[in-house]
Amino acid sequence: MRGKILNIAIMLVLLTGAAAYLLTAPKRVDVATFAGLTGDAAHGAQVFNAAGCASCHTAPDAQRSDRPILSGGRTFPSDFGTFRAPNISPDLAEGIGAWSVIDLANAMMHGTSPEGQHYYPAFPYTTYTRAAPQDIADLFAYLKTLPPSATPSQPHDVGFPFNIRRALGGWKLLFFRDTWITPATPEAERGRYLVEALGHCGECHTPRNALGGLDYANWLTGAPNPSGKGKIPNITPAVLDWSEADLVEYFTSGFTPDYDSAGGEMAEVVQNLSKLPVEDRQAIAAYLKSLP
Amino acid sequence: MKKITTILTATILASAIGAGAQAESHVDKAVAGAIAARQATMKLYAFNLGLLGGMAKGEVAYDAAAASGAANNIALLTQLNQMAMWPEGSDEMSVDGTRALSDIWSNMADVMAKGTALSDAAATMQAEAGKGLPELQAAMGAVGGACGACHKAYRAPEK
Ligand code: HEC
Ligand code: HEC
Repeated sequence: MRGKILNIAIMLVLLTGAAAYLLTAPKRVDVATFAGLTGDAAHGAQVFNAAGCASCHTAPDAQRSDRPILSGGRTFPSDFGTFRAPNISPDLAEGIGAWSVIDLANAMMHGTSPEGQHYYPAFPYTTYTRAAPQDIADLFAYLKTLPPSATPSQPHDVGFPFNIRRALGGWKLLFFRDTWITPATPEAERGRYLVEALGHCGECHTPRNALGGLDYANWLTGAPNPSGKGKIPNITPAVLDWSEADLVEYFTSGFTPDYDSAGGEMAEVVQNLSKLPVEDRQAIAAYLKSLP
Repeated sequence: MKKITTILTATILASAIGAGAQAESHVDKAVAGAIAARQATMKLYAFNLGLLGGMAKGEVAYDAAAASGAANNIALLTQLNQMAMWPEGSDEMSVDGTRALSDIWSNMADVMAKGTALSDAAATMQAEAGKGLPELQAAMGAVGGACGACHKAYRAPEK
C-alpha cells in the first residue's frame, strides 16, 4: 500500500515536472507565415527607427549615424542584475550575419534564440511580439545593409537564480502576452501599433511588479527610473495635458511646451521618432490622447 | 570675572560666525549670480523658440518677419561669451538651484563641441526661418536636437 502511494506521488511529481517543462519550453513562429514575404530594406529603416533598436544596440560612445554600427555594449541595470546588449550587426562570427529571417522573428516575437533558449525581457520582445511579420521581414532586409562589427558580445552580469534561462519560461508564462493592451478606435490603430508593437514606450513609462512584469492596469502612468535617477513621467491625458500639436513637436524637435528639451533616455527616443514620417508622429500623439 | 569671559567668548564666537557667514554669502552671491545669468539666457532661448514653435505647430499664423526676428535672437544668443556664467563649484552637487552636472567641468572640450553644434543649427535656422513655414519646421528639429544633446549629457534629471 505504502509503495503504491509513493509510486503515485512520484508519478505526479514527474507529470507536473513534465507539464511545467512543456509549458515553459521556448516557442517558435510558424515558418509558413514568412515563406512568401520579401523584405523591403527602405521600409525596414523606418521599422528600425520606430522600434528604437539603435538606442540599445550601438556602443555607448557611438556617434549618431544613418548607418549605425550595431556592435552592442550598452548596459541596463535592473533589480536582477546588469544586462548588456549584444552585437546584432551583420558580422558572420560576432553578429547575426548568419541568421535567417525566421531566427529574427523567433527572437522578436517569442524571445527565443536560434539555439532554443529564452531571452531576457531586457530585450523588449514583450513589445515586438505584436509586430507585423512583413515589418520583421523588412527590418531583417535593412539590418543586412548595415556595417558589420567584429566586437564580441559581452556576457550579462546576473546572479542565481536569474542566470538560468530556462526559468524565464515561467516568467513568460506569467507576464508575457501578445494581445493588444488597449482597445483602439480605428483612428488610433496606427498609433497603437507604433506604441504597443514597436516603440516600447511602455517598457519605460509603465510600472513593473516585483518580478519585473509590466503592470498593464497602469499602462503608461509613469514609473521609477531603473537607473535610480529621477522618475519616468506619466504620459496619459489624466496627468499630461499637452495638446496633440505639443506632442508632435516634442517627438520632432524634443521641445516641450515650455521650450525646454527632452532629457534623459527620452532624448534618444526623440532622435528615433524624429526620423519617422510626420503622419506616424501624429498617430502616436492621437493614440496617447485616446488613453483614459 | 567669569561673566566677562563668557560674554567675551560669546562675542568672539558670534563675530567669527558672522564673518564666516559673510564670506559664505559672498561666494554664494557670485555663484548664485552666475546661475541666474545662465538660466536667464535659457529663458531667452525658450521665449524666442516659443514664438517660432507656435508657428511651427500651427497655433499662430506664420509671419516671415517675426520668424526671422526670433531666429536672429537665437543665433545671437549662441554667440554670447558665457565663460563667467559657469564658475567651478556651481554644479548641482555643490549648490542648490541648479541641475548642472559636475561633468561639465571635466569635459570642457565636449561641452564646447556641443555648443558649436547649437550655434551651427541656430545659424541654419536664422537663414531658413524667413523663407517659409516648411523651412522653419525643418530647422526646429536640428536646434532641438542640439539643445537635447547637451541636456542629456550634462543636466541632472528633475527630482
Ligand atoms: C531596451 C534595449 C533594447 C532594445 C530597444 C532592443 N534590444 Fe535587442 N537585445 C537587448 C538585450 C539586453 C539583449 C540580450 C537578451 C538576452 O541575452 O537574453 C538583446 C538581444 C537581441 C538579439 C539576440 C542576439 C543574439 O546574439 O542572440 C537580437 C537579434 C536583437 N536583440 C535584435 C533587436 C532588434 C532588431 C531591435 C529593434 C527592433 C532590438 N533588438 C531592440 C536590448 C534591446
Ligand atoms: C528608454 C526609456 C523610454 C522610452 C522607451 C520612452 N520614454 Fe518617454 N520619457 C522617458 C524619460 C526618462 C522621460 C523624461 C524626460 C525628461 O526628463 O526630459 C520621458 C518623457 C516623455 C514625455 C514627456 C512627458 C513629460 O511630462 O515631460 C512624453 C510625451 C513621452 N516620454 C512619450 C514617449 C513615447 C510616446 C514613447 C514611445 C514611442 C516613449 N516616451 C518611450 C523615457 C522613455
